[in-house]
Amino acid sequence: MAASQIPQGANIIGAAVPRIDGPLKTTGTARYSLDRDFPNLAHAVAVQATIGKGRIRSLDASAAEKMPGVLAVLYHGKLKDVYRTFPRQQDGSMAETRPPFDDEKIYYWGQYVAAVVAETLEQARAAAQAIRIEYDAEAPDVRTDLGAGFEGKRESSWKRGDPDEALKAAAVVIDETYSTPVETHNPMEMHGTVAVWEGENVTLYDSSQGVVGHRTTMAEVLGVPRENVRTISRFIGSGFGGKLSPWPQATLAAAAARQVGRPVKLSVDRRMMFTGVGHRPRTQQRIRLGATADGKLTAIRHDFYTETSQLDDFVEHCGEQTPFIYSCPNLEVTTALVRRNVGTPAPMRGPGAVPGLFALESAIDELAVKLKMDPLELRYKNDAERDEGKNLPFSSRHLKECYQTGAEKIGWKDRTPAVGSMRRNGKVIGWGVAGASWAAARVPCTATFEFCTNGRVCVRCATQDIGTGTYTLFAQVAHEKTGVPLDRIDVFLGDTNLPDGPTSGGSMVTSAILPATAGAVSQATQRLLNIAAMTPESPFHGSHPDSLTVAEGRIVAKQGQPQVVGAAYHGSADVSAKGLPFEEVLRMANLSSVMGSGRNVPSFEDPKAKQYSLHSFGAHFAEVEWDAEIARLRVSRIFSIFDAGRIINKKAGANQILGAAIMGLGMSLMEETVYEPHTGQPINGSFADYLVPVCADLPDLDVTFLDYPDLIVNEYGARGIGEIGMAGVAPAIASAVYHATGVRVRELPIRIEDLLKSTVREA
Amino acid sequence: MQTFQYTKAASIDKALGAASGAKFIAGGTTLVDLMKLSVEKPSGLVDINLLPLDKVETLPNGGLRIGAMVRNSDLAWNAEVQKNYAVLSQALLSGASPQLRNMATTGGNLLQRTRCVYFREPSAGTPGGYGCNKRTPGSGCAAMEGFNRMHAVLGTSDKCIATHPSDMCVAMAALEATIQTEGPKGKRTIAFADFHKVPGDTPHLENALEPGELVTYVDLPKPVEGAKSVYLKLRDRASYEFALASCAVVAKVEGGRIRYARVAMGGVGTKPWRSHEAEAALMGKAANAETFRHAAEAALKDAKPHGENAFKVELAKRCVVRTLKMATA
Repeated sequence: MAASQIPQGANIIGAAVPRIDGPLKTTGTARYSLDRDFPNLAHAVAVQATIGKGRIRSLDASAAEKMPGVLAVLYHGKLKDVYRTFPRQQDGSMAETRPPFDDEKIYYWGQYVAAVVAETLEQARAAAQAIRIEYDAEAPDVRTDLGAGFEGKRESSWKRGDPDEALKAAAVVIDETYSTPVETHNPMEMHGTVAVWEGENVTLYDSSQGVVGHRTTMAEVLGVPRENVRTISRFIGSGFGGKLSPWPQATLAAAAARQVGRPVKLSVDRRMMFTGVGHRPRTQQRIRLGATADGKLTAIRHDFYTETSQLDDFVEHCGEQTPFIYSCPNLEVTTALVRRNVGTPAPMRGPGAVPGLFALESAIDELAVKLKMDPLELRYKNDAERDEGKNLPFSSRHLKECYQTGAEKIGWKDRTPAVGSMRRNGKVIGWGVAGASWAAARVPCTATFEFCTNGRVCVRCATQDIGTGTYTLFAQVAHEKTGVPLDRIDVFLGDTNLPDGPTSGGSMVTSAILPATAGAVSQATQRLLNIAAMTPESPFHGSHPDSLTVAEGRIVAKQGQPQVVGAAYHGSADVSAKGLPFEEVLRMANLSSVMGSGRNVPSFEDPKAKQYSLHSFGAHFAEVEWDAEIARLRVSRIFSIFDAGRIINKKAGANQILGAAIMGLGMSLMEETVYEPHTGQPINGSFADYLVPVCADLPDLDVTFLDYPDLIVNEYGARGIGEIGMAGVAPAIASAVYHATGVRVRELPIRIEDLLKSTVREA
Repeated sequence: MQTFQYTKAASIDKALGAASGAKFIAGGTTLVDLMKLSVEKPSGLVDINLLPLDKVETLPNGGLRIGAMVRNSDLAWNAEVQKNYAVLSQALLSGASPQLRNMATTGGNLLQRTRCVYFREPSAGTPGGYGCNKRTPGSGCAAMEGFNRMHAVLGTSDKCIATHPSDMCVAMAALEATIQTEGPKGKRTIAFADFHKVPGDTPHLENALEPGELVTYVDLPKPVEGAKSVYLKLRDRASYEFALASCAVVAKVEGGRIRYARVAMGGVGTKPWRSHEAEAALMGKAANAETFRHAAEAALKDAKPHGENAFKVELAKRCVVRTLKMATA
């Protein structure tokens, strides 16, 4: 869209605004963390364990130490002054809390066991290969059956009524187990850190989804005051949750730089992306549904296992949506945490909800089949009017309208329910639907806004843009409130020298930054108008500041207000019609700038917000095409309808849902990290063997936003939408696959070997 | 760090002279990849990109001579190939990505190495690493009891079950191509069926080339008059992925009966898999679904699945049936 076509003024909120950082990225001028270079920069390469469990018997670095360019070889006992962080504390912790090289035990394949720092990357890599390590290896436990060998305690996280009695009494019962595999975050930009010490201070250029937490955590890990640590992450090639907290490579880079007295760069390559930097853990979820013969839910039991590492207690909260998405009097959700010899998991786009809703929504579809009821009718019948988990009203819930809109778009009334009954162009087609939900909140955020004497305005906030369009949202608010054109708005993010902003996680950024930014602009504007009214040389001298406003980047008298021209005003411009550009007034007052700051009250401290259940909702309708003879399945259409509050940038918003739908397609049909059963290595850990969708796999994608503002969340009515688009894709596709093929796949991904079992024949 | 000598050969003679202990490098799409993974560690590389082997020419016998340096994309879009050897064009275009096809060469693709994840693991065949008889004879085969969903069901041995990954070769097997080479002992012609080796007890020996011998041309016979040819590839995603099962068919039907049939399969064999059994089951028979299914059963009758790849047997049969339908429609 040409700049001239972007709606101006207040209409920019809700418009489709191209990203202000787009040209930097498309021209290769945006500098990512690992693009940073420094005089005297040294390179570090990490060495990974090649066993999945056991102990280092011996490590011989003597040859490596003598190799050209080698500055240091680091391993257990050689890495100085690194500390453990307290797990999962509010202001940040390491994702893997064990410091690197802390002991000689091996907990998972790929664990860092040594690192080489050298003058060049090639020298570091060569020396890394020359380190001789012998292990006492044991058989790692990477069993995919999470129930196998589980002796821990199962915890109940939600309970109401008596689900077990209700199941016994139910006319119709579904009792099935659904599994989702380990999936690996594979953002285009891999992890990496450049650490630069200057005396007691260190600057860390890292690819981080949360610079503030990163700074705090790294200060603890390095044992220095947090004021001495600065984290910079100006551009991020996405993270999908994998970059919420720092991983051991950040510790290695920072500690190594301190030890060798040189800036150090350490990058995680694509193969390493599958080991020590998180993954979505495997889940195994038993769902039991009880219903009356006419389809009213009477019981829901959601009992799941979720896998974690030997080192940390990461829980994938699969049951988070279960208590409130349907109305049901009897319900329980229980969690069992299972340890395997794998790296520590991490949140991955829609954690909990994405695997959890695959299970729950698949079970609902199975219940509809068993009841011979339309799956939409079943959902309407059990739609929740209030959050029965928290016993609170929803701030804004339009899930039913999402379904109705999607049904209209795909033409659901023409759906025939029998398996394999719908045909088109010689192919069998199948339709499936599933719902989605994700929590909303307003997390704390501070921001500043500044009118500058060069005619530009600046917004500052230590949140970051992980590729979602956050830079542009700040600019939209600045433009909305001041009318300053987008090309004169500078947005500074991703640097802990800026005012504290939120981590880019949990879809919590948009709802937090909008009110904080609006508050900052408002305060700066008020100050600017006061200056305009008080500066003798100003044409507005003597006006009441309340009679003035800022429009189109100029200070003007409000409509209907008298135009006062200060006696000392010597300018020739006729200020009565269009006012004066703000920078001219700043010059008259001899001010380089005027700044305001804004801060929001978090929703968990807001008495009004606490009276509501805050959630977004949505639905996906998927269509598959099935060529029965050759078991070829293609997803041909996905309609995504979302009730996610008011959408501030339609272009960036649609982009989030489209990307999430594609990621959901990958989850449904391709993605699975396979751990080698004997060694525990992620054996398909490369883009050659771990499949994600390519362009040729993409269906027609259609995104609709209902666009109901949620004014409980903030004054803009906006909620975040990064995660929710991925929830519900897999169960919609799995239900469509069942409709086309008669094969119900309860273990993702859906593969050709599953589909070969179909008895549906040629169209 | 693995150092190697790089030389650029201006003529075939110079290339053959420089070759002792070195490997030829053409497009490099497999070799460079494997060097990065420490699978290939050549002491030298002889760059053959300047050799005058980049043309597709009609032979006096009506066949086609393809230079070893003809890029996959040039070959796929060659008008003669598209018209008379459609199966070859289709196979080439189903492989890799446009960028890779622009680099990959005809000769190089003949020598494409397996995608077995164990074979490609840097440590495979070394002490403490995965067993891989292809990397180090006698070190074992981790795929037998491991992650073997992508592995072969035909032509396997108890030493190796690695799949030959090429699409182009499957089409060439069905087209009964011949391979021209030049080496220290002179020129020779190798029938396509004799070029690739099944693993047997020597999975590290993958083809008939002798040390220092260079592929110069691939010759295709005169097109079979009245025949139609088709390549069909089944895989886990729509593009840029290797075959789970693929099939190349050249067939001719007269009066409802099959008068000519050549069938080859990919994704299921340890080499590009020509199925004489399927062809025998087709010759002279009525071109119908029943015949095709018999042919497919015959093609897979010796299949030996290894756990995760069991589905390939049925999938390959269905692939053969569909390809035969398409080629005889």
